[in-house]
Amino acid sequence: MASRIEILNDGGFRSDGRKQYELRDISIDLSSQSSADGSASVSHGLTQVVVSVFGPREAKMRRETIHDRANINVEVNVAPFSAGERRRRGRGDKRILEFASTIKSTFEPVIQTTLYPRSQIDIYVQILQQDGGVLQACINATTLALASAGIPLLDFVCAVTGGVHSTSPLLDLTTLEENDIPHVTVAVMPRTGKVTLVTMETRLHVDRFEDIFRVACEAGKVIHKEMRAAVKERTGALVAAMGAAPRVAGAGAEAGERDVVMDERIDDY
Amino acid sequence: MVDITIKKRPQTDAVVTQRKFFKKTARGKVIKVLRERYLRDDVGCGIQGCQACQGQGADVLPPAGEAGHTAYPSGHFVLPDTNVFLSQMDLLESPLLSPPLILLQTVLEEVRHRSLPLYNRLKALTKSDDKRVWVFYNEWRRETAIIREDNETPNDRNDRSIRRAAAWYQSHLPATSARVVLLTDDAANRRKAQAEGITVSSVRKYVEGTKDSAQLLDLLAGGDDGEGIEPTRAVAARSALYEDYLPTATVLAGVKAGELYQGHFNANPYNYLEGSVSVPAFNKPILLVGRANMNRAVNGDVVAVEVFPEAEWKAPGDEVVDQEATLKNDDAEDTDEEGEGGEGEVRAEERKAVEVGEKGEKQPTGRVVGIVKRNWRAYVCHIDSTSLSNVSATSLSQQTVFATPVSRLLPRIRLRTRQAPQLLGQKILVTIDSWPVTSRYPEGHFVRALGRTESKEAEQESLLLEYEVPYRPFGGAVLGCLPSEGEGWVVPPKSEASPEWRGREDLRGLWICSIDPPGCQDIDDALHAKRLSNGNIEAGVHIADVSHFVMPDNAMDSEAAARGTTVYLVDKRVDMLPALLGTNLCSLRPYVERLAFSVIWELSPEAEIVGVRFAKSVIASKAAFTYEEAQVRKDDPNMKDEITESIRLLNSLAIKLKAGRMAAGALNLASPEVKIHLDSAESSDPIDVEQKELKETNSLVEEFMLLANISVASKIQETFPQTAVLRRHLPPPRTNFEKLQDILRKRKGMELDVSSSGALAASLDKCFDPEEPAFNTLVRIMATRCMLSAEYFCSGSVARDTFGHYGLASPIYTHFTSPIRRYADVLAHRQLAAAIAYAPLHPSLHSKSHVERVLNVVNRRHRMAQMASRASVEFYVGLALKARGEREQGIVREEAFVIRTFRNGLNVFVSKLGIEGLVMFKREIKFDADNYTVTIPADLTGKEDVTIAVFDKVTVNIEIEKDKNTQRGKVKMTLAKPVDSHHM
Repeated sequence: MASRIEILNDGGFRSDGRKQYELRDISIDLSSQSSADGSASVSHGLTQVVVSVFGPREAKMRRETIHDRANINVEVNVAPFSAGERRRRGRGDKRILEFASTIKSTFEPVIQTTLYPRSQIDIYVQILQQDGGVLQACINATTLALASAGIPLLDFVCAVTGGVHSTSPLLDLTTLEENDIPHVTVAVMPRTGKVTLVTMETRLHVDRFEDIFRVACEAGKVIHKEMRAAVKERTGALVAAMGAAPRVAGAGAEAGERDVVMDERIDDY
Repeated sequence: MVDITIKKRPQTDAVVTQRKFFKKTARGKVIKVLRERYLRDDVGCGIQGCQACQGQGADVLPPAGEAGHTAYPSGHFVLPDTNVFLSQMDLLESPLLSPPLILLQTVLEEVRHRSLPLYNRLKALTKSDDKRVWVFYNEWRRETAIIREDNETPNDRNDRSIRRAAAWYQSHLPATSARVVLLTDDAANRRKAQAEGITVSSVRKYVEGTKDSAQLLDLLAGGDDGEGIEPTRAVAARSALYEDYLPTATVLAGVKAGELYQGHFNANPYNYLEGSVSVPAFNKPILLVGRANMNRAVNGDVVAVEVFPEAEWKAPGDEVVDQEATLKNDDAEDTDEEGEGGEGEVRAEERKAVEVGEKGEKQPTGRVVGIVKRNWRAYVCHIDSTSLSNVSATSLSQQTVFATPVSRLLPRIRLRTRQAPQLLGQKILVTIDSWPVTSRYPEGHFVRALGRTESKEAEQESLLLEYEVPYRPFGGAVLGCLPSEGEGWVVPPKSEASPEWRGREDLRGLWICSIDPPGCQDIDDALHAKRLSNGNIEAGVHIADVSHFVMPDNAMDSEAAARGTTVYLVDKRVDMLPALLGTNLCSLRPYVERLAFSVIWELSPEAEIVGVRFAKSVIASKAAFTYEEAQVRKDDPNMKDEITESIRLLNSLAIKLKAGRMAAGALNLASPEVKIHLDSAESSDPIDVEQKELKETNSLVEEFMLLANISVASKIQETFPQTAVLRRHLPPPRTNFEKLQDILRKRKGMELDVSSSGALAASLDKCFDPEEPAFNTLVRIMATRCMLSAEYFCSGSVARDTFGHYGLASPIYTHFTSPIRRYADVLAHRQLAAAIAYAPLHPSLHSKSHVERVLNVVNRRHRMAQMASRASVEFYVGLALKARGEREQGIVREEAFVIRTFRNGLNVFVSKLGIEGLVMFKREIKFDADNYTVTIPADLTGKEDVTIAVFDKVTVNIEIEKDKNTQRGKVKMTLAKPVDSHHM
C-alpha cells in the first residue's frame, strides 16, 4: 500500500497536497484546562497534544528537590485511540520514558529554574492524536503551556520535523512520510537562533543533513510567529477581560497602557 | 532562502479535507487510517496564457486546442479516463495522435495502482518532447476535489471525479470554442457525462474522426464493450478450449499453502506443446505437456501450477514439434469448414505429439491453473501470408490474420488489420491484448512496422526490440550533463586550485599504453610496469575515470543505470553513455592527458602482491596497440624501448598470474565465438566468418584486469560491507551436469568430475580426443551451458560464503575495469573513490535496497545484451552463408558435431561458423534415448543401417531457405555424410 503512494510527485506535490516547504495547519488553544496553572492544546494537521503545567510548587517527594533550582518533571501519556491501531502503553514504557526525557532536556536550559529553588515544575503531556511530528507538537505545546503558566523562559522553543526525499528536503512530515524517509526533529530558540534539540532515529546522509537542518531552523521561525500571535491574542483577551471587570472600572486608560507594555514585552521574545 | 509557509485549512472544511478509511493488515487486524489533504487554488491548468493560473510551471497546452478532428472542428483537448490508458497505451503513444492531452491525477494514480509498467510508460509519455501532455492535479484543486459518497464504489468515485474535472476544464477554458473531450469506453459513464453536458466520446469513435484514422485504428486494442474482435460463429459455437483460471485469491492462497507452485513459464523452443516451470520445491522443473495444461501461458509469465499425482508424471518429449508445420492449416478466421476436417486432424496430430513422453525419466508434471502476472510486451512478428484472405495490395478490407513471432518460444498471435497486404514481408511489432478461453491463439494488435524483412535496419531494430535494449538517442537532459566544452575539453594545467587536480596523482610521466582489439574506440583501460630498485615490479592498471563525468543522481546517471550496459551488435554499438564521453573524453587515447582511476601494485618477480594502492590520477598514454601489434613488438628482439620492455614485464607477470589462477582451480571455458568480416564500413555486407583467435597479449590484458577487479572488490567490500557492488558466479548444482556426464560416459568412456571447479577444470583437460582436437572445445562449450551465469549483487544482501566466483576460482570479485560500457563498474568506481576518501559516497549507494534495485536492472540488461549480440552474429552468419552459397554456386558444406538426438532429428553444432542447427528426418528412424543414438534403417540408406550418436562428426549441407510463410530466413541443414539425408 505505502509503496503505491508517492512522497513527492512530479508536480511537486506531497501525498496530502502540500508542497515541499509548506507546513500543516496549526491551531493553538491556550489555557483550555482551568485546573492547571497553564495549559495549551496544539495541533499540527491531525496531530494533537494537550500539555498542562503545574507549578512551580513544592515537590511531592522531598528527595527530588534540588537546593538551588527547580526540578522539572515531565510525564507523557499516549491515548490508546491516538493512532490507527489501538494500543495501550503503560507508564513504564521505555519509549515514553525516552520521549519524556527528551522534552525535559530540551527545556532545562530554557526555563529559568534558578528563580525557584527547592520547588518543582510538573509538565503533563497528553498525546490525543498522532499523524507524524508528535515530538514537535509536544515541544511547541509545552512552550505555550509554560508561557501561559507564567513561568519565565529565556525564549520560545519552536520545533519542527524535516525530512529528505531523495535529495529534496520536506518539512512537517505526516506519519506516511515519517515511515518512508529519513527525518530530523529540530527545536530552535528563534530570538537567539540557538538550537536546543536535534534528534533523529533514522539514518540520514551527512551531506543532506545540513540542508534539512537549515530549512528546519527557518521553519522554526515561521512557527514562532504563529505561537507568538496566539500568546499575544490570549494575553490581549485576558487583559481586556480584566479591564472590563467591575472592580477596576474606570481604569480603562490604565489597562490600555498596560496592554501596550505587554505588547512590547512580548515583542522582545 | 526558500519560502516557508503554513498551509491553513479551515476547520469547517474537514468533511472534504479529511479522509477516513479502514484497512486490513497482513495479520488480519483492522486499522483505521485518517488522512488529510490540503485543497489549493494554485494548481495550474496548463493552458498557455491562462490569466487565472499564471506562472505555475511551463504551460504546454495551446489555448485553442487542436483543430482537424471532424467532430470537433473548432479545436479540442482530449481527457482520457483510466481504462483508456490501461488498454490503449499504444494508441496514445503513437506520434500520429497529436491533440493535447489532459492527464488527471485521479487517472495517474489509478493507473499506478493497477499496473506499474503501464504507469512507467505513462510517465515517459508525459515527459516526451513530441507530446503535449499536462498533468492536472485535480484532487488538490479546490473546485475539482470530491469525496466518496456513501454506497459509491471507488471506481464510481473516480469516474465522477474525472467528469467533474472535465466539466471544470470546459468552464475554465478561456472564451474560445475549443471543447474538452472526455474519452471513455465505459458506456454508463458516457451516458452520465452526456447528462451533465460534457463532451464525451468512445475511443473508437474518436479515432475514426482523426486525420490518420486508418493507421490509428490498427493500434486500438480490442475493447471490452463488444467493439473488439468479434467472436466468429465457429468460436462462439465451440465450447471453451481452455479451462478458466482460478480466482486470484484462491491462487494466492494455494501458493501460500504450498498446494500450488509459482514460477516463470518457460516455453520449449523445440516443441510448442511443451513448457516448463522451475520451482524451488522440485529438483527438476515442472513439465507442462499439451495445450490444455499450458493453459494460455506465454513465455515469461509468472504462473501458478498444480502438480499431478506422481502416477501421471511424464518425461519430456524427444521429438521436435514445429507449430508452423503442424498448424499450417489453421485459419485465422476459424471458419466452419475448417472446424470439421482440419480441426480433427490438428487435434490428432497434437495428441500424438503429446503422448510420446511416456518413457524416459519422469519429472513432475502439472497444469497451469492461474496467472500471477502476465509479462507481455511488444513482440516482433511477421504476417503469415497464408492466413490472408485477400492479398491484393490495394485492399483496405478488414482481415483477421496470424502474426508469427520471430522467437520460437511464442505462440502465433491473431490480429485484425486493414493494412495486411502492405505488411506482408515486413517485420512488425505486435502486442497481445488478451487470450480468451475459446480461442486457440492469443489476440493482439498491430503497433508499428519496422521495415522489410532481411533489410539490415529492420533486423537490427527488431533485435533491439526483441531483447528490450533501450536504443533511442540520448535526450536533451542527458546531453545537458556533459561538460560544456564538448570535444574541446582537456585536462587543465596542473594546479592545486583546479577541481580536476584535487587529490589526483600526476602519472603523466609513466610509460603507459593501451592494448585493445583493432578499431576499438572506447578504450577504458591502459597498463604500465616498471622495475623498482628493490627488485620488485610496479604494475599499474589505469581505468577511465567515468565517475568524474557521470555524477550520481543526474539525468545521465539514471539513463546509464537504466541502460546498464553498452550493447555490441555486429554493425552497431548501442552506447550506455553519450559518445562524447565513451569515445572521447573518457577514452584513454594515446598522446593526450586523461583522467584515470589507477590501481597500482608492487609485485614480486614471482607475481605475488606485496602491496596495492588505489589513486585517482592524470595519465598520458604513450601508445595504443592492437593485440596483434603488441604481440609483434614483444616478440621482436630488436625493440628495446621502454614501452616494449614494459609490455614484456607485464607479460612475464601475466603468465605467472595465470598459472597461479589455474592452480587455484579456475576454469578455462569456451563459447563459440566467431568474427564477422565486413565488406566495407558502408555496405557492411559480410564476406566471411572465422573463429576468433586469441593471442598471448589478450591473456596479458585479461590477467591484469582480473587482478584489478579482485583487488578493488576486497577493498570496497572491506569499506562498505553492506552495500559493496560485487559480482559472483555460483557453483552449478550437480544435477545440471548429469546428462553431460552420462553422454560422455556412454559415448566416449570419459568421466567428468564436477565436485569442485578445480576438479572440473582437470577433468575437462582430460576430455581429449587425439584424432579430433575440436572435441575438447565442444565439451567445454557444453559444460559451459550447464553452468549458471554470473551476476552482480549487493554484498549486504547475500551470505558471505556465497560471494565466490566459481569460474575464476576467486573468493571475491567485482567489475571495475570497463566503466564506459558497464554501469556496475561506475558504481564500483564511486565506492572505491569513497573508500580512499577521495569523495564522499552518494547517499543512494548507502542504501542496500537502492543498490539491489539498480543491480537487478543491470543483471537483466547484461543478459539481454549478451543474447542480442549473439542473435546479431547469428543473423550475419546467415547473410554470410547466403553470400557464400551464391559465390560457390551451390550449397555450403561444413563439418559438424552432433550434440543432441531427437526421435525425428539431430541437433548439430558447426564449430567453424559457431552456429547450431537442426537436421530433421521426415521418414521413420530408430531412436535410442538411453544411448543417445539414432539409426537410419537400411531401406532408406540403400545399403546398411547407419547409426549416428552424440559427439559423432558429420558433414552437413547448409542452405538458407526463405520460409514461404513467414519470410524468415531460416538455416536449413541436411546430412551429407555419413548418409545423404536430403530425401529422408
